Amino acid sequence: MNIHEYQAKELFKSFGIAVPRGQLVETPQEALAAAKALGTFPVVLKAQVHAGGRGKAGGVKLARSLEEVQELASQILGMKLVTRQTGPKGKIVRKLLVEEGLEIQKELYLASLVDRQKERVVVMASTEGGMEIEEVAKETPEKIFQVHVDPAYGLLGYEAKGLALKLGLGQDLVAQGTKTIQGLFRAMIELDCQMAEINPLIVTKDGKVLALDAKVVFEDNGLFRHSNLQGLLDEFEEDPKELVARKQGINYISVDGNIGCLVNGAGLAMATMDIVKLFGGEPANFLDVGGGASKDQISEAFRLILQDERVKGILVNIFGGILRCDELAKGITEAAKEIELSVPLVVRLEGTNAPEGREILKASGLAIIPAANMADAAKRIVQAVSPA
Amino acid sequence: MAIWVDENTRVLTQGITGRNGAFHTRQCLAYGTKIVAGATPGKGGETFDGKIPVFDGVHQALKEVEAEASMIFVPAPAAADAIMEAADAGIKVIVCITEGIPVLDMVRVKRFLVDHPAILIGPNCPGIISAERSKLGIMPGYIHKRGTIGVVSRSGTLTYEAVYQLSALGFGQSTCVGMGGDPVHGVGFIDVLKAFQDDPETEGIVLIGEIGGSDEEAAAAFIKENVTKPVVAFVAGRTAPAGKRMGHAGAIIMGSSGTAAHKIETFERCGIRVAENPAVIGEAMKRALDEAKR
Repeated sequence: MNIHEYQAKELFKSFGIAVPRGQLVETPQEALAAAKALGTFPVVLKAQVHAGGRGKAGGVKLARSLEEVQELASQILGMKLVTRQTGPKGKIVRKLLVEEGLEIQKELYLASLVDRQKERVVVMASTEGGMEIEEVAKETPEKIFQVHVDPAYGLLGYEAKGLALKLGLGQDLVAQGTKTIQGLFRAMIELDCQMAEINPLIVTKDGKVLALDAKVVFEDNGLFRHSNLQGLLDEFEEDPKELVARKQGINYISVDGNIGCLVNGAGLAMATMDIVKLFGGEPANFLDVGGGASKDQISEAFRLILQDERVKGILVNIFGGILRCDELAKGITEAAKEIELSVPLVVRLEGTNAPEGREILKASGLAIIPAANMADAAKRIVQAVSPA
Repeated sequence: MAIWVDENTRVLTQGITGRNGAFHTRQCLAYGTKIVAGATPGKGGETFDGKIPVFDGVHQALKEVEAEASMIFVPAPAAADAIMEAADAGIKVIVCITEGIPVLDMVRVKRFLVDHPAILIGPNCPGIISAERSKLGIMPGYIHKRGTIGVVSRSGTLTYEAVYQLSALGFGQSTCVGMGGDPVHGVGFIDVLKAFQDDPETEGIVLIGEIGGSDEEAAAAFIKENVTKPVVAFVAGRTAPAGKRMGHAGAIIMGSSGTAAHKIETFERCGIRVAENPAVIGEAMKRALDEAKR
């Protein structure tokens, strides 16, 4: 689960990480009031959307006067921000963070995440802040420093201090640096983060270490331990169909094509999209109804696909294990009867109770195109949606 | 032979009284798995289906019965603890089916297993089956035929698909291992490949990977150096968009790493046959075996 920069900064503060003074606003009037309250210029206006690359896209501006605050805030609020992470559709800016401008001496990088290879939490720091860390890793890997934390002991004091020193935070800065690194690690563990990142971490000309930006991604599997964090979800930032799906316990991800896919199991769902593409079609979505889906969940999944007006045909590919094919067939016939099925539907059923399932579909009177196997199913649906 | 489990393996179910635990314990019993005990806290002293003794925990069970393996259906909040409990009690093969365990819990589990060695399969996986002998997991048993192909996979239903194709073409299986789709998990491709290479019954290997992480790349390098048996690989997620978690917590392309294209390219560079699409995994194995015979 992603959250906004301003939310991440609030959380960081509670872990002893210093952040610039600032306020979240939603209108230019509020922006003016916030700038006045800060009582200093310049101020920085930062668009709050879930995407990186905001600065380059014009979502981060420096204002040197109240007039500029008014003007720039009006510009940014409501604008469609298109960054390399939002895709061409972009994101509408609804929230703005107004912050004090600071005189920066040094930009650093700090992050914590799970290293899958080493199966440990890693704390990563670099002297090259403000850049894409992937770029740094490629160009100058010697400028990235890492500590892999033993979960039996946690991040030890000397390890955090060592990283601070490697970042060049010596003398009077080492205490602030160590505290920031320890704070970030504690946030990572205590909030069940998938990733917590500060890029850049800055040293100001007057000798303060602050998180100028903040990014936190919570691990979905850990959310049950943090009912207080679930309220931080900004539903406007989510794909509405993905949101509905998640509430139903269905894994759904919208992509750009016109063939709706309904599959059980994540691996098979991905493979089904792949084979559709291989035979010249374009999948409209990834959809995994899960291993033990009920009849109702299947109907819900079916509705979800049919609500997508781009969908010109549907491919159902089920390998019944726990999920019985007769249950699935009942779910499909129910949903298809309720919502008038106006697009071609190809169904491939295999596994537990497959013959019963096929029988139910046949008896339903629905115009279903049966398929013998996965390749046959893909070929048939691609054919059915291509213009004659 | 087979790897890790066979008809003699004695199994304990952790979470035997839950809905899934009970259902699949019955399915496994029907398949022939030797399930000797169950564990659910607070249910010690009861009997499951009138024949299997239930204990409050694994240590308590092992005072009364002998078991080498356990199968875990405990809900996610308590599942990591269940794994560590089994390992501490001396269980040698732990199969964790539970989905949704927090990754930081798994980081602790893996650290724990350094001092308490056990073979952990999963979590978030279909389990392990040695065809027609023993099944510890949730896969449909009837698609499996006994034979000489070892299957290892990060996915559930896609594995069933591959097994179904293999059986239909007359290729039975020695053992099938579903490692699970979580970023931090028990045995990996290399552990299973090593076991298949050493297993005299296994003559060919199917490896099913997916986007995310770099386990497939590591497996490719390992196969090139250490595996003499024919291997066929398939990687799901060629069309997956970057930055989206595709159902499995581990199936996510981060930046430019973890793509299917890179994994496929690595397999091919290491001389490993890659099935072009999921419908031809069985055929690809057939061709690889034919080639190896020549």
